[in-house]
Amino acid sequence: MSDGIEGDASVSDERERAFNERLDRSLKIEPTNWMPDAYRKTLVRQISQHAHSEIVGMLPEGNWITRAPSLQRKLILLAKVQDEAGHGLYLYSAAETLGTPRDEMVAALHAGKAKYSSIFNYPTLQWADVGAIGWLVDGAAIINQIPITRCSYGPYARAMVRICKEESFHQRQGFDIMWTLAHGTPEQHAMAQDALDRWWWPAVMMFGPPDTDSTHNEQSLRWKIKLFTNDELRQKFIDQTVPQAEQLGLVIPDPHLRWNAEKEHYEIGSIDWDEFYRVIRGDGPCNKDRLQTRIEAWEEGAWVREAAAEYARKRGAQSASP
Amino acid sequence: MKKKHEWPQWEVFVRSEAGLAHKHVGSLHAADARMALENARDVYTRRNEGVSIWVVKSDDVYATDPSESEEFFDPSEGKSYRYPTYYHVPEGVKHL
Ligand SMILES: [Fe+2]
Ligand SMILES: [Fe+2]
Repeated sequence: MSDGIEGDASVSDERERAFNERLDRSLKIEPTNWMPDAYRKTLVRQISQHAHSEIVGMLPEGNWITRAPSLQRKLILLAKVQDEAGHGLYLYSAAETLGTPRDEMVAALHAGKAKYSSIFNYPTLQWADVGAIGWLVDGAAIINQIPITRCSYGPYARAMVRICKEESFHQRQGFDIMWTLAHGTPEQHAMAQDALDRWWWPAVMMFGPPDTDSTHNEQSLRWKIKLFTNDELRQKFIDQTVPQAEQLGLVIPDPHLRWNAEKEHYEIGSIDWDEFYRVIRGDGPCNKDRLQTRIEAWEEGAWVREAAAEYARKRGAQSASP
Repeated sequence: MKKKHEWPQWEVFVRSEAGLAHKHVGSLHAADARMALENARDVYTRRNEGVSIWVVKSDDVYATDPSESEEFFDPSEGKSYRYPTYYHVPEGVKHL
């Protein structure tokens, strides 16, 4: 803080009180409102992590654009991946309103200091994986993101409204791929099952560690950056997805999966959290590859960014001279 | 190595259909105004959300300070006579 009154305890108490009052009254916090440092830091971490996920998330699907089985599927996949680029941009913009430049966030990703969703460290081995990603990964993302449209930070909430509007097409096109394969030849059906087998558990883990282990849950709930806990969101995903798998005629790879009629929820077997933490730490199947691809794209595009900036500078200088 | 310069940031305003005002939809980075307009088209109007776009350099936007908004907007407080509901309309009077 450069305004010189930071040290004045009564002033900062007063600001803190006003901030908490806004939260209590469910008023949005806007970039120009005073906010505690920890709130700002948590938001920058969470929003930039979310932005990185959108951008890195383009890679597994981008892998199949040139090999989509029809022109129609190719157009759809292109549009979907382009949407994800847009999502990344909305989110970087939202994070920038907190005073962190985009280049700084990108640099943190490339230095391995910032995280992105672990799910994108798994490979897309065959076409049905593109279907499974849309159906499961975008499906899980929607459940995560819808509550954030009501979060306390205005720019983040508004970015999320735009994103959510675009997501449901992503989930449906994925389900459509799965449906087509599941009702195709026995080989195609087997492809759909194979994709579900590999993507189910990583998708279930997308909601993050269980509530008992989650370090950010409580404070983020108080700040209304998070509105439901990891386990609540995960349960919602399971309850909505299991019947869809049945309708597809596919089997969820969990022998312990069962309907609890009393609680009216599905119960699942235990999640392999060791795998989750292993992939987060960098030992997933594609961690190195994903980051390397991002770094190369950034470095190889440097001359374009510089040339455009130089062109703009020269034109600006020309129009300024008489 | 040349000093890295990030492209400036622009605020994007979109008119969703003829006859409506431009509305702020978000921001983006671009080297110049032309590129800002093209990027805005690609990012904010992929689904026919607009018929016209304005871009303004973020640095050129001046905003009110929320810590002063109470005093700033004070002159419009407590002037209920500016609303039609303030006035009593006698019974039977029409077209008022
Ligand atoms: Fe997305
Ligand atoms: Fe998506």
